[in-house]
Amino acid sequence: MAKLRATPASALQDILHDGMTLAVGGFGLSGIPADLIDAVRDSGVRDLTVVSNNMGVDGKGLGVLIEAGQVRKVVASYVGENRLFAEQYLSGRLEVEFTPQGTLAERLRAGGAGIPAFYTRTGVGAVVAEGKPHEEFDGKLYVRERGIVADVALVHAHTADTDGNLSYRYTARNFNPVVATAGAVTIVEAEVIVEPGVLDPNHVVTPGVYVQRLVQASNRVKDIEQRTVRPRREAVSA
Amino acid sequence: MAWTREQMAAIAAEELNDGDYVNLGIGIPTLVANNLPEGVRVVLQSENGLLGMGPFPFEGEEDADLINAGKQTVTVLPGGSIFDSATSFGMIRGGHVKVAILGAMQVAGNGDLANWTIPGKMVKGMGGAMDLVAGTPRVVVLTEHVAKDGTPKIVTECTLPLTGQGVVDRIISDLAVFDLYKDDGGNQGDGGDHHPRLVLTRLAPGVTMEEIREKTQASFDIRLEKEGVAA
Repeated sequence: MAKLRATPASALQDILHDGMTLAVGGFGLSGIPADLIDAVRDSGVRDLTVVSNNMGVDGKGLGVLIEAGQVRKVVASYVGENRLFAEQYLSGRLEVEFTPQGTLAERLRAGGAGIPAFYTRTGVGAVVAEGKPHEEFDGKLYVRERGIVADVALVHAHTADTDGNLSYRYTARNFNPVVATAGAVTIVEAEVIVEPGVLDPNHVVTPGVYVQRLVQASNRVKDIEQRTVRPRREAVSA
Repeated sequence: MAWTREQMAAIAAEELNDGDYVNLGIGIPTLVANNLPEGVRVVLQSENGLLGMGPFPFEGEEDADLINAGKQTVTVLPGGSIFDSATSFGMIRGGHVKVAILGAMQVAGNGDLANWTIPGKMVKGMGGAMDLVAGTPRVVVLTEHVAKDGTPKIVTECTLPLTGQGVVDRIISDLAVFDLYKDDGGNQGDGGDHHPRLVLTRLAPGVTMEEIREKTQASFDIRLEKEGVAA
């Protein structure tokens, strides 16, 4: 199985084109496929629709694609940490489809599972439900939301085997497993890449069937948006 | 005298039972975790994919891969679990997380909540708030009674875009507690009143009815349970 590629750039080779839709894993700056995002920037591809919970911060994560003017439309739940985003949005250069976080996750899950649409209570009576079909079930009103299938899905995993089986680390998992299912082509960067048989099949979160290409993630220092700590108790008491 | 943020959090914590699964929003709600009644241990859900969220890590032990929904570094307690975002909101939408405690910009007397955007001013997004209020069986709002400019936040009708319709069960402000009595007809066979009623159930010490009436736009009934002080 020739899933493993030498570099992020070669992992993206021949599949990027202007106007395409990318689904990208991560929550804030946690668990983002930073190397693949940088490679998308370097490719110069434009007019992207990016489906991701957040859009990074200025100069980091998906923020680099906003900065480079490569994004035309964003489907996201929260973009509050990105000033450049607000600027481009308010000036009309960037279109945004705010989608409630759970609805976004379910749209990706549904898309990946061959479900074109589903009903949810989330957003009923709010602006996000306007113009969408509604239906009553058991006396309650629900809104219909569409599944999402992206041209390319970008994922960050902790450990991958060369067959594309993936496991994640703590809350860096977040959207990555659902994003992995929702790409026509799914490309994964992993911090650790091992031979088949090393990952315990009981601990595989994303089975390799979803993964087409794989690349070693660089050994960068991961960003923390809000470093919150508590003081250590005094070690010695008199 | 108005309640402090800690006191508001402690009032919110009073209704929590040992073993409850709870989601706490950003701001005053996060203080609820530190104000639980004696012997009550709740399991905190963070919608980015964590159950059993613990306190902030000790200095030097923070981990970029372990954050809460406010993107703060946190810890996971023994018995905790990690899951993906679809699973996380499945448990929220499915009503498995019992209580959501969150902030508000406006709450209406009918239980409508607005807490995600100010048109033309704030473009951040709703994050998981719409899912939480739609899916969680009990929604408690912790908020200052009036906005910074003094305008009431408990209103007849929300003028800001809604987060959810008729979703709020209790409002805890720095001045008072209101409960929303939702008579949804259902199997009670009364065939009548489907409108939720806003009921003032508690006043902060020294706060007068006059002050509450002045600072509350929504109309409300009065059924004081504790600390009631006549106007």
